[in-house]
Amino acid sequence: MQTLSTALIQVLGSVFNLTGPGHYINWGFIQLSVANLIVIILMVIVFFAAILIPFRRHGGDDR
Amino acid sequence: MTIDTDLPSNVAADRPEDADQLTAKLRHAAVAALPPERLMPDRQPAYVASWIYVFGILTMSALAVVILTGIVLSIFGPLWWHVSSTGHFVNSLHLWSVELMFFAMVIHLWGKFFMAAWRGRRRATWITGIVAFVLSVGTAFTGYLSQQNFDSQWISTQAKDGINSTGAGAVFNVLNFGQMLMWHIVLLPLIVGVIVAIHVLMVRLRGVVPPFAPPGEPVTSTEPVTIGAATEGDES
Amino acid sequence: MSAATHTKKVRRFNPDRDVKEWHGKYLPYDLVKEGIIAVVVVSLLTVGLTVLFGSPDDTPVTVKSWSTANPVDFVQTAITELDGSSGTASYGPPYNATAGASPSILGVSPASFFGVHHPIDTANDFVIAPLKTLPSDPKVQAAISEYNAATPQQQAAWTTAYEKAVANATYTNGTLKVPAGDYGPVGTMMASLASMARSGALDGALMSSRQFYGTDYTKPLMLIADGTYLADLGHAQHLSGDQWGMMNETGNYPGQAWLWLYTMWYQVPPFKTSANADLQVWGLMMVLTLLLALVPFIPGLRSIPRWTRLYRLIWRQHYRDLAAGSASSGRSPPTASSVPPASVST
Repeated sequence: MQTLSTALIQVLGSVFNLTGPGHYINWGFIQLSVANLIVIILMVIVFFAAILIPFRRHGGDDR
Repeated sequence: MTIDTDLPSNVAADRPEDADQLTAKLRHAAVAALPPERLMPDRQPAYVASWIYVFGILTMSALAVVILTGIVLSIFGPLWWHVSSTGHFVNSLHLWSVELMFFAMVIHLWGKFFMAAWRGRRRATWITGIVAFVLSVGTAFTGYLSQQNFDSQWISTQAKDGINSTGAGAVFNVLNFGQMLMWHIVLLPLIVGVIVAIHVLMVRLRGVVPPFAPPGEPVTSTEPVTIGAATEGDES
Repeated sequence: MSAATHTKKVRRFNPDRDVKEWHGKYLPYDLVKEGIIAVVVVSLLTVGLTVLFGSPDDTPVTVKSWSTANPVDFVQTAITELDGSSGTASYGPPYNATAGASPSILGVSPASFFGVHHPIDTANDFVIAPLKTLPSDPKVQAAISEYNAATPQQQAAWTTAYEKAVANATYTNGTLKVPAGDYGPVGTMMASLASMARSGALDGALMSSRQFYGTDYTKPLMLIADGTYLADLGHAQHLSGDQWGMMNETGNYPGQAWLWLYTMWYQVPPFKTSANADLQVWGLMMVLTLLLALVPFIPGLRSIPRWTRLYRLIWRQHYRDLAAGSASSGRSPPTASSVPPASVST
């Protein structure tokens, strides 16, 4: 049981192994890791999604 | 179920109050500033209707997961996650909850900036929020230094120059693992916790900032603002 | 509070500082339910990301692994520790008193003001003291005695000669070969230090010099950072200061992306080439952080939200309600005593 759960955790912990040579992007003087770029792009997308996606109010008599 | 009317709290409620007591005064001030309905309101102004409002609570939820996974890592000690796959799994939870916390916190900050959420005596709310952000950066940084791996070696030997240049290196030695671990798991979480608590209480005390005047109306009203008379609090 | 403070002060309404408090409609909003959902969502996301990606844990560099992987770099570094020309030896405060080494702005050097707090004497701490822990090697002890007894001029002549020779050193078949030269006892000392390093004994000697339980890695880290081995490893992982390295993580993991502004300054003039860049960038970041905290007080900066008009999108339901006139048919706010009473507003 112990070994099964340990094995499970080992498998689960590395579906995509991000260890290894990093991927980087160069724009002029800007050097950015692809991982950080994805995080930043996601942040901007989520920010605008949060603003644009309609939020349903509860109990409003106009809804 | 019967109700025991001799509960200690009921007995206390019947006693005469010593209004000049410091305890009583503090209680009155606290309740006056934050009555239960204001501390835990079940309604919000009608304008609170956007997904942007959920990023404060998302940040705090991520902080809760960060603290919880940090507690698990503390229970087993700093070496655990290097030698145990379960420990490494918990370390991964700790890392990703931190990434999520900053993710939500930055969006929360952007949102509050574009709503000018400091308006109407809410400046202390804004400032405590920025302080919480800066302290979180420091806490994450000391976490990176406490990993005891190549990353910690690299970050500490690189960061020492900037910190030493300010003179802070005299006290705050980033190459001292024991000191950085203490800052990461005791001092900074304590300070972050206090600041976040103050920040949230400020939000409850002042409420969610109302919108700007509608697009049709002139935003620069000539209506005078009354200060210091109507409600509690200070103003500069 | 005196009665005087109750005198009404009146000033002009500033839309970037003041707001008409809300007297309109309040709607049900379950904060606790929102919190519970948020905790569940964040927990699921955390577990999901962990399962998918895990976390990095690159093995640390030790003096042993460094001197084994690149013995020539180790010896080339070690001689600079002995002759006092290494990065650590010439660092200045808080490690030693090297004059004029600390960054300054307008003639003010905060590090010099605070002085030496973690003293490192590289010749003694990194070379001589560790070698003295090898009492069973009389040849080494004799070399140390000879070196210590010599005049500073003689010591400098030896170390200079060794530094020249070691520039062409090679390492083959487990032996360090340094071209011959007039470097006296220094050759014996360096060879011993190198074999001590490769055995792992130097790691221990650097740590346990003060006490049994060690948590302060200042000395071994400073020694390792003086070599090019660690720098090369960091550079290969895009972690160097001139590679926006502060926001990067080993492998393909996201790093401290929130440090983007701090690390950006190091890539642009004048900081890029400034000897005082560390202090200048830290000073600049402190000023910018202060500005961010004080945005509510700064005319112009605090008007950006009103000018950008993003708020019209955020509150579009509210403005639609206002246009439809529904906001005036308000219902009572939750606490009539503590919150301003409901009334017709705007």
